Amino acid sequence: MDVLEVKNLSIRYMTGDFKDIGLKEYVVRKLKHNYHIQEFWADKDITFSLEKGDMLGIIGTNGAGKSTLLKAISGIMEPTKGWVKREGNISALLELASGFDKDLTVKENAYLRGAMLGYTRKFMDETYSKIIEFAELEDFQDRPFKQLSSGMKSRLAFSIASLVQPDILILDEVLSVGDGAFRKKSEAKMREIIQSGATTILVSHSVQQVRELCNKVLWLNRGSQVAFGETQGICDRYEKFLQKRIE
Amino acid sequence: MIEKVKRYKFLFEELVKRDFKKKYKRTILGMAWSILSPLLTLLVMKLVFTQFFGRNTPHYTTYLFCGNLVFSYFKESSDQGMQSLMGNAAIFTKVNIPKYLFLFSKNVQTLINFGLTLCVFFLFCILDHITFTWKFILLLYPICCLVLFNIGVGLILSALFVFFRDIQYLWSVFTMLLMYMSAIFYTIDRYDHIVQNLFLLNPIYLYIRYFRKIVIESTIPTIWFHLLMIVDIILVLGLGCWMYKKYNTKFLYYV
Repeated sequence: MDVLEVKNLSIRYMTGDFKDIGLKEYVVRKLKHNYHIQEFWADKDITFSLEKGDMLGIIGTNGAGKSTLLKAISGIMEPTKGWVKREGNISALLELASGFDKDLTVKENAYLRGAMLGYTRKFMDETYSKIIEFAELEDFQDRPFKQLSSGMKSRLAFSIASLVQPDILILDEVLSVGDGAFRKKSEAKMREIIQSGATTILVSHSVQQVRELCNKVLWLNRGSQVAFGETQGICDRYEKFLQKRIE
Repeated sequence: MIEKVKRYKFLFEELVKRDFKKKYKRTILGMAWSILSPLLTLLVMKLVFTQFFGRNTPHYTTYLFCGNLVFSYFKESSDQGMQSLMGNAAIFTKVNIPKYLFLFSKNVQTLINFGLTLCVFFLFCILDHITFTWKFILLLYPICCLVLFNIGVGLILSALFVFFRDIQYLWSVFTMLLMYMSAIFYTIDRYDHIVQNLFLLNPIYLYIRYFRKIVIESTIPTIWFHLLMIVDIILVLGLGCWMYKKYNTKFLYYV
């Protein structure tokens, strides 16, 4: 049975003068006909489906539409065309370290993040010590968050997100956090999650990592779906494509 | 609906806790300040306006306090509510959670402040020799209405603030105008009948008037007065909810 199904998904993205302008400037620009909005398709006609236990790697160069696609899958954005069907709860980690509050302590942030990911208080009480232990932040629990290094922040974020058992886990550039030792640990944790039957989506710029972890790959280029399917073949093609671009 | 409440209860509690800690910065003084600030405004008004309006108005201190109590709650709620969505942009662009929770959390915060000030208000009533009657229970009506009204205004402002950042300056000018038009420190008896009725169009004046009627005059406002308050709430809440619904997935383009 399909846990996640994406069908003909297209998203039209807006950008332009409307950001950060005030009412005054808006009116002036409108009057002068100097108000421009660009619309472009961040994702065009993307179709794929994942079964329980699948691990999908999404690859593509910058601006390929990876993050927008993840936002549509996690429900933050609405598809302009097409649809997304999800079974079960989603735990999405987009740009890990953001969204923490710098004035709160590590413990308070952990609870807040846990709540955002949809855990219950009971669950957090039970797993909090495990989270801190995994993130190796035992000595920092009551420190304000702003005193942490960026590596520590990412470690905490990863630990919170990975200790749940979501049906669908979305990881955006997550596994590149921390030092070598922590990266090993987090990859081992990822394998554990996959084996437990969760469906995972991983966005990574490391083709090596995708090859090692994922059983399916989706290759995007400028919003279009180039290929979807078996890992090694597509990764080979993608690496050739990258090679050509450099030349 | 109930399932939704259950699902987001933990998150909401954590958001309230966060706002509370950030606001008071974990100090007792922080909390005391939030009561002290409306009291200082009251003191200033008392000193300045007693000469002009105080002589003919019975219980002028309580009269002033009614106005300040309502207005400072409204001003704080709307000012803080306006920032609530934008201030959490880093969260709602990354995680899919109901966006109104940020506003509700801020409103819990300001409601607590209001509650504290209300206690001080009753203390002042005793000092001002006000007789407490059973009718004081009716004050729950304008308070509940005001909570809803503030949420409605907060929804509208927080959505607008995402689109136009200079709304906050326009709003501060508008609240100043509103303050002068809410008869906080003057009485409207001297105006003729038509102008007096125009004051009823100002929702904030309705709340202040309700408080004064119960506390100072010990009379209950008419049924029409009650209905008028409901109409105002339906208008702002309706508009606010509509904006949130319409722009729910579009806010993120603007941040």
